[in-house]
Amino acid sequence: MARAKVQRKSTSIDMTAMCDVSFLLLTFFILTATARQPDPLEVKIPSSTYKIKVPDLDMGILSIGQGKVFYEIVGKDVKMATLDKIGEQYKIQFTPEERERFGVLGSFGVPVSSLKKFIMMNGDERTKFAKANMGIPADSTNNELSEWLLQSRKAVAELHQTSMRISIKGDAEEEYPNVKKIVDILQKQKINKFSLITSAEGDAK
Amino acid sequence: MAELDTSGGGGKKGGKVRSKKANTKVDLTAMVDLAFLLITFFMLTTSLSKPIAMDIAKPDQEDNDVKNELRASQTMTILLGKSNKVAWYMGEAKNATPTVESFAEVRKSILKNKDEVSKTTGRQIVIVVKPTEGATYKNFVDIMDELNIAKIKTAPAIDDVNILDNEKAFMKQAGIL
Repeated sequence: MARAKVQRKSTSIDMTAMCDVSFLLLTFFILTATARQPDPLEVKIPSSTYKIKVPDLDMGILSIGQGKVFYEIVGKDVKMATLDKIGEQYKIQFTPEERERFGVLGSFGVPVSSLKKFIMMNGDERTKFAKANMGIPADSTNNELSEWLLQSRKAVAELHQTSMRISIKGDAEEEYPNVKKIVDILQKQKINKFSLITSAEGDAK
Repeated sequence: MAELDTSGGGGKKGGKVRSKKANTKVDLTAMVDLAFLLITFFMLTTSLSKPIAMDIAKPDQEDNDVKNELRASQTMTILLGKSNKVAWYMGEAKNATPTVESFAEVRKSILKNKDEVSKTTGRQIVIVVKPTEGATYKNFVDIMDELNIAKIKTAPAIDDVNILDNEKAFMKQAGIL
């Protein structure tokens, strides 16, 4: 009797199409992902069960930690417009290159007097400088923070015809009076509604 | 990878010397693995890292004319003290005995008071949150979160200006100010 022959089939699959698709998707995700700039001020944000996502347009983010306050304006056009207004206010002339560089800058926390120097630094120097610095001055004698807020709000209103949302990103261990000081500055400008940025937490049982 | 040789063996019979054909197939498995790993990474970092906003509304500081009188029977005041402790009381400060609790316990108290208020008065509970100097930012976020979890419908009043003397005295006594 002839032995029944089991036909041997190849187990290898053609991966080319799969590879194509996966790399296409990969390219898409890499391009859509916005590179996150490292925060010069490290804040550990508290968690909450809230579910509202932070909008990523027309926003100003105040980072509060270690008694310092840093400010980040979202959007290149708004940043550049704000810089112009601040320059006008403090009689500082910014070159087009400086404007361009400021437009891609993340959060910053330097007094206006050293802003020019700060803009022209590279990444490493900037981080070091930010660590050594005291953040944006927010005392009653020299309230630059209030000026930044006001000018950026004006810039948003002019460019996008909406009002700017202010968010506060506070360090979990920050003492409440420090946060209150900043909130009081906001309230002086009649910003009574703002968002606190938190990280997601699992649903409470 | 496992790839079975399916070409029916008999190569030796031909006699002629043939140039060996190199296999043009490249094993793409590892490449696909890597690509999917990266896809997963980018997908998760783009959508999951989005921070979450908690909307806060504070009373206007400038128009002092608008002062809401709260009913003592439906008001619960929560004082935030230091070392992650809170003190709460119902009604008015002068004839209340505040309870000192941790954040884990306060949720139950909020729910209990909420039920009691709606049972006895038929009204929604109003919560007044008073963060003091000892509190951290996290405490404040946590208490707002607790109110959210407890589904308090009325907007909480955040009052960090008018902390009454007897509230301060109590908190000092309890060692949380």
